[in-house]
Amino acid sequence: MSSSMLFNVTTISYMVSTLAFMAFLASKNKTVGLAGTLAAIFGFVVQTTAIGLRWKESYDLGRGHAPLSNLFESVVFFSWTIILIFLIIDFKYKYRAVGFFVVPFALLGMAWAQLGLNSGIEPLVPALQSNWLLYHVVTCFLGYAAFAVACGISIMYLIREKQEDSSASSPAGGVIALFPSVKVLDDLNYKAIMIGFPLLTLGIVTGAAWANYAWGTYWSWDPKETWSLIVWFVYAAFLHARITRGWVGRRAAWLSIIGFAATIFCYLGVNLLLSGLHSYGG
Amino acid sequence: MTTKKRGFAQMLWDFFCSLKLSISLLIGLALTSIIGTVIPQAPVPPEYIQSISSAKLQLYDKLGFFDMYHSWWFILLLYLLTVNLVACSIKRLPRVWKIVSEPTLVMDESFEKSLALTHEFKMPGSAAVLKDKLTAFLQGEFAAPVVTEVNGDFHLFAQKSPYCRLGVYVVHLSIIIVFIGALLGSFFGYKAYVNIAEGSSVSAVESRTGQKIDLGFAVRCEKFAVAFYDTGAPREFRSTLTVLEAGKPVPGYENVKVIVNDPLTYKGITFYQSSYGAAGDAVYRFSVANRNGGQPVPVLAHENERVPLPDGSTLLISGVAPEVGADFPGCSGPGAKLEITRPNGEKQYAIVLLNPACRDFDAKRGSDLIFTFDGKDEKFFTGLQVAKDPGVWVVWLGCALMVVGICMAFFMSHKRIWLRVTNGRVTMGGSASKNPAGFELAFNELSGKLAKL
Repeated sequence: MSSSMLFNVTTISYMVSTLAFMAFLASKNKTVGLAGTLAAIFGFVVQTTAIGLRWKESYDLGRGHAPLSNLFESVVFFSWTIILIFLIIDFKYKYRAVGFFVVPFALLGMAWAQLGLNSGIEPLVPALQSNWLLYHVVTCFLGYAAFAVACGISIMYLIREKQEDSSASSPAGGVIALFPSVKVLDDLNYKAIMIGFPLLTLGIVTGAAWANYAWGTYWSWDPKETWSLIVWFVYAAFLHARITRGWVGRRAAWLSIIGFAATIFCYLGVNLLLSGLHSYGG
Repeated sequence: MTTKKRGFAQMLWDFFCSLKLSISLLIGLALTSIIGTVIPQAPVPPEYIQSISSAKLQLYDKLGFFDMYHSWWFILLLYLLTVNLVACSIKRLPRVWKIVSEPTLVMDESFEKSLALTHEFKMPGSAAVLKDKLTAFLQGEFAAPVVTEVNGDFHLFAQKSPYCRLGVYVVHLSIIIVFIGALLGSFFGYKAYVNIAEGSSVSAVESRTGQKIDLGFAVRCEKFAVAFYDTGAPREFRSTLTVLEAGKPVPGYENVKVIVNDPLTYKGITFYQSSYGAAGDAVYRFSVANRNGGQPVPVLAHENERVPLPDGSTLLISGVAPEVGADFPGCSGPGAKLEITRPNGEKQYAIVLLNPACRDFDAKRGSDLIFTFDGKDEKFFTGLQVAKDPGVWVVWLGCALMVVGICMAFFMSHKRIWLRVTNGRVTMGGSASKNPAGFELAFNELSGKLAKL
């Protein structure tokens, strides 16, 4: 059994999970919703095994390193962290409908990694040969994943709010009926960002520490660094918006979506469109 | 006049204390920061300058876009943010500090109504007896209470992690500390770059602004080596460095291995492996043998150097190529063309190939002298990034405080429990600064245990 086979199983599981959540929203059948979560858990376990196996395979090839060194590996790890954060929130708050807005991010990542990216295990270039690689990448991606979950919840918020506005008198019906209330969604959005912000901060700090250790400058306004700071600014604005009148709710949801768009640009846009120190695609 | 003046000062103060300003500044910083990631920053590549119109160039230059993170307006935004967060903290900190340092010890009727969580119990026993029992209970189950007696009734107050309310201010302080560290680094530190050829040493480096900086000691590059994976990707760039004081190696700093991600620090100055290159004069090793017998004699030659041979001829390298496989199939690798001037002035040309399979290539020429190519000793220089930053530890202190502060602010909750104890009756109240749902569970569990006393 190889890691790439297990990655195939992972992608299929996330697809099943997404479809189950869609069926759950349509049918309102609780068992179907549970099936969505179970498929996500199954995919997560398989993916964890696959990542571990790929780690081992890299040692078998004599190129041993944590599987976090190129775009393929980072996209796979990103979808793993998205499912991790989703499962934590699912276990804690049990709002199944959230799954339909979060699991597709992981599915998209896995599908792109498998169909469009080079999955070869490359040896580690000198710049990446450091223990900081693990700390830096893990903290950053856990942060990114929490923001992905927050973005999914914010989209739900905007849909739900629009629905409530248009049918103010009658209780929300249809698909929306399974959504948590706007108050709960607003709170969940905040909670997800409360997980993501400290992790992003740690990610930036470990990145700065690593840069200082490898290059002698903890901050050089490289596009990747700058974009991570832009993301940090946006979520810092979000956190302050929450305690300011008039900025709660819709504007906070938009800030969360903009924050995730900036996150994705920081992660992918900088590598694909701009040039800089992070050219190895992590 | 004075009221108008005070009015203005008040307005200014309110402006700097406002959260709307914080949000605007954060979003403004986020938006403006994008510019420098799209427009190349100094040193701007000439190709870019040629690709834009002169009007655009002038505009960008005037706005400081080519070094925008150090432009006056970007620095101004950072200063405004600093003033804003200091002002916000000054305004709000005293109120929060009061909650922490002077807690409400007595839950009277009106205060009780302001609490979301309350519970009443009937308990046998006098107030004094109940008080002792409940003090022990709180100490065991929650936190040691403060007991206050009011008109024969007893008030118990206990709290957990009150200091987490200061988390936000710790974060604000940490940002200022990071800024201070960055300023220290820019005033008292430098970034520089130096190339050292193998076997030579330097005692001064050139900073990024072009200044020559005396190190106060010397660094010698003993050796530089680059290793590759079988895929051709680089595996390791390694310099072996020795620190010299007054020309003598410093014990403990001799033959230090410096690779990417593992620098050398001496007297607060750190050397980072950054690049490498050929240091010019490679030495080529050849052998010459006489067709009539005798041992081959080694010959060392630089390019453009005429070297005497044992029989009175001279050798000059007239050309070298790193790869000759295309011209000499099966002999891939470096090759050289040698010009031999015989004692009688006759010129001969020999072609020698390094590939072991083609070592005897020159023998086919038929001359009495047979040349072979034995190798090439190339000298490298190592390119080192040199940095001195006395502010870096201040920056790390700020970063550590920031992480601690964020965790205090996000993950810790100031939990408070009040008990009012009268004869045969106990009233319990509680509040938490965060996670009301979680605290409600804990409160109900505590009141359940209390009821069973």
